[in-house]
Amino acid sequence: MQHFAALLDALTYTTGRNAKLRLIADYLLATPDPDRGWAMAALTGGLDFPAVKSSTVRALMHERVDPVLWSLSRDFVGDTAETASLLWPAPATIDVTPPPSLDEVVGRLSAMTRQSVMRDLPLLLDRLDEPGRYALIKLATGALRAGVSARLARTAFALAFAVPIDEVEEYWHGQQPPYAPLFAWAADGAPPPRTDHLPLFRPFMLAHPLEETEVDLADYVAEWKWDGIRVQLVRVNGETRAYSRSGDDISASFPEMVAALPVDAVLDGELLVRGSHQGGESGGAASFNALQQRLGRKTVSKAMLANYPAFVRLYDVMVLDGEDLRPLPWTERRQRLESLMEHLPASHFDLSPLVEAPDFAALAAIREGARDEAIEGLMLKRRDSPYVSGRRVGLWYKWKRDPLLVDCVLMYAQRGSGKRSSFYSDYTFGCWDGDPDQGADLLPVGKAYSGFTDEELALLDKHVRQNTTQRFGPVRETTRSLVFEVAFDSVHTSKRHKSGLAMRFPRIRRIRWDKPAHEADRIDALRALIKD
Amino acid sequence: MSAPFSWIRPDPHGIRILPANAWIDPARPVDRALVTHGHADHARGGHGETIATPATLAIMKLRYATSAGAIPVEYGETVALGGGVSATYIPAGHVLGSAQILLEHAGERVVITGDYKRRADPTCPPFEVTPCDVFITEATFGLPLFTHPPIEEEIAKLLARMGAEPDRCVLVGAYALGKAQRVIAELRQAGHHAPIYLHGAMEKMCHLYEDFGVGLGELRLVADTPKDEMRGAIVVCPPSALGDRWSRRLPDPVTAMASGWMRVRQRARQRGVELPLVISDHADWHELTRTVEEVNPAETWITHGREEALLRWHQLHQRRARALALVGYEDEDD
Repeated sequence: MQHFAALLDALTYTTGRNAKLRLIADYLLATPDPDRGWAMAALTGGLDFPAVKSSTVRALMHERVDPVLWSLSRDFVGDTAETASLLWPAPATIDVTPPPSLDEVVGRLSAMTRQSVMRDLPLLLDRLDEPGRYALIKLATGALRAGVSARLARTAFALAFAVPIDEVEEYWHGQQPPYAPLFAWAADGAPPPRTDHLPLFRPFMLAHPLEETEVDLADYVAEWKWDGIRVQLVRVNGETRAYSRSGDDISASFPEMVAALPVDAVLDGELLVRGSHQGGESGGAASFNALQQRLGRKTVSKAMLANYPAFVRLYDVMVLDGEDLRPLPWTERRQRLESLMEHLPASHFDLSPLVEAPDFAALAAIREGARDEAIEGLMLKRRDSPYVSGRRVGLWYKWKRDPLLVDCVLMYAQRGSGKRSSFYSDYTFGCWDGDPDQGADLLPVGKAYSGFTDEELALLDKHVRQNTTQRFGPVRETTRSLVFEVAFDSVHTSKRHKSGLAMRFPRIRRIRWDKPAHEADRIDALRALIKD
Repeated sequence: MSAPFSWIRPDPHGIRILPANAWIDPARPVDRALVTHGHADHARGGHGETIATPATLAIMKLRYATSAGAIPVEYGETVALGGGVSATYIPAGHVLGSAQILLEHAGERVVITGDYKRRADPTCPPFEVTPCDVFITEATFGLPLFTHPPIEEEIAKLLARMGAEPDRCVLVGAYALGKAQRVIAELRQAGHHAPIYLHGAMEKMCHLYEDFGVGLGELRLVADTPKDEMRGAIVVCPPSALGDRWSRRLPDPVTAMASGWMRVRQRARQRGVELPLVISDHADWHELTRTVEEVNPAETWITHGREEALLRWHQLHQRRARALALVGYEDEDD
């Protein structure tokens, strides 16, 4: 447990992604089974101890610390687990039992009930030092707050044992903590766990941006890039799951899709909501904002199902009737997908159509029109490409339509992290809510921290420091003097911002040192670009 | 005879000694000031007379470039202030020159601690428990969660990190008066004899410490040093310089901070600290409460810090206490 506690503290104080990966990888290499498996479960959110709640910890502390001193301390620290770990009184008798291993901790926490927890949790706390108590309470109550995503933890696993991250992702989803078969495979060279008999997530094939490249349409096909969320539907032995791009199980949010797949298969497509926004009536899909109403729900009401009916526009077939089609070229998979379509209900599935063009220039012209169709852009796929996970150079490209542009005024800047920790590198900018010469104010419309060079960053940092009007911790408010040309993919209504607008993928395209702030765009100009 | 302790009065700008027309640590210029130690929130410039230890007076001279009206008092020395009040300066163990002040008047004894700690510190003599009727204490770390670990453990953490990062430097944010010199002196005691690199704002204060006999070993200025020379070394700067442009001249620094606040993880995270070092020049909760028990005054007055919790402790232990609402004391960087 002390090693896990030390890892948790080190992760807490480390901001860089690579440094976090190294910390986790080093821990996995130095720690025996099954402790390292439980640690991976804790980092990936795979543990649950229903008997231990934050209220349990408070109740234990009220038995041991004056309630006034407890609440003054809790208010100061702002975190119940940390306050409790700091205030836990030393046991009256010195315990000669050594500190528990992580395995023992998990075993004891699992065995606790609502009745026994008030007696048994103190026995564990008494055997640990402050970092150990903190890790124990965080582990038991669920949220580690170490700034580590499940994906990052699995990437560290791959790094530690020098195995491909795609394989880690593929095998991970079928395994339960403490993942003994995964460690046997990755660390000791045992055969990988079987995945073909369970409805597991398979890593997606992804695309590179096209940039300056031109491709020959004899070698590549084009498809629209629909603006929904990438989804994978998996049915094995009659059991169906829906997974998001990151491998999260979203079946509960889309029960109609889970019920609609009549064959054992693994399908790759775009999850959309019925509407006429993307590609007009024939496009049949609503905007991304409509889809957002359906995301992240644990249960879905009948009204939701009726008002925002979901369907999947299919791109690819990875597995069909137990046969892994991924090694086949795209053309063969496309044929199998087209003949599969007649077995799928049209109410819930359609086929992503190919975009026909005689040559690349003609295709470019079609792409130019994509904005009016409210589609994200085009996908270009090599006709002979197998379905491989991740991004492989030269196989698939995404060719997004050109971004929308608007001139905004810098309002706030925040210091970055890691290498940028001494630079004001995160910028909040706004547009005028009327005529600035008549006293109109700026309203924030977005935030960006990319799109400029290191040299430009140094100049921006200097500008912020020399034009600060107020400070709020790591944030500075600046004079309204600097204009950014901001590029973004689309803009939507949003209740989160005071301006009522939210941009997708905003980034700084140009710094307009030359442009007076009052000539920046007004909110109305941005509002006119909404296509909800 | 007047009411007990009516000759000493807490005022928002300091503690007044009425019969002697003098103030303790006043926040604004006065005719006659008794100063406990050199930190800027206790020692301000511009007084007519300043009565303090020689080291505190030297620190104030360095900071305010004037020594007009300076009246030195050695530890253990008693001065008559007039009006029947005498003042004795007693070590407080906080920083170089820091003193508690014992005031005596008409048989009543009042001790003002200023800031203090109970741990050993190679840069100043230790706190002395002084019996009194009224004990006027600070409460910077007056919450039961504050337990400062032994400084040896924190210095070992610092040296271990330095050894583990031969291509980087460890940049330690430490208060420029007291904390920085204590950390350096403790590093020397732990056997670290390599040069330690300083932010320019600390140079003069370190020399002042050395003039008062506190050996700090070989110190070099960051400004005079090529970047590569500082790889694998320790650099000390004021906390305000941690996120400053100044740190760009350092080789990929590991950000450390020596402060009692580092006990709380989120405090360290908010400041972007990668290596928190729980090193404080103030008494922790256990030392605050133990000191009250040892001094055993009839009454405790609490000047600044987390006074609510310390008041609650007095209530729970049937002790008399009151909080003084003094302005201008800061504690954020300790």
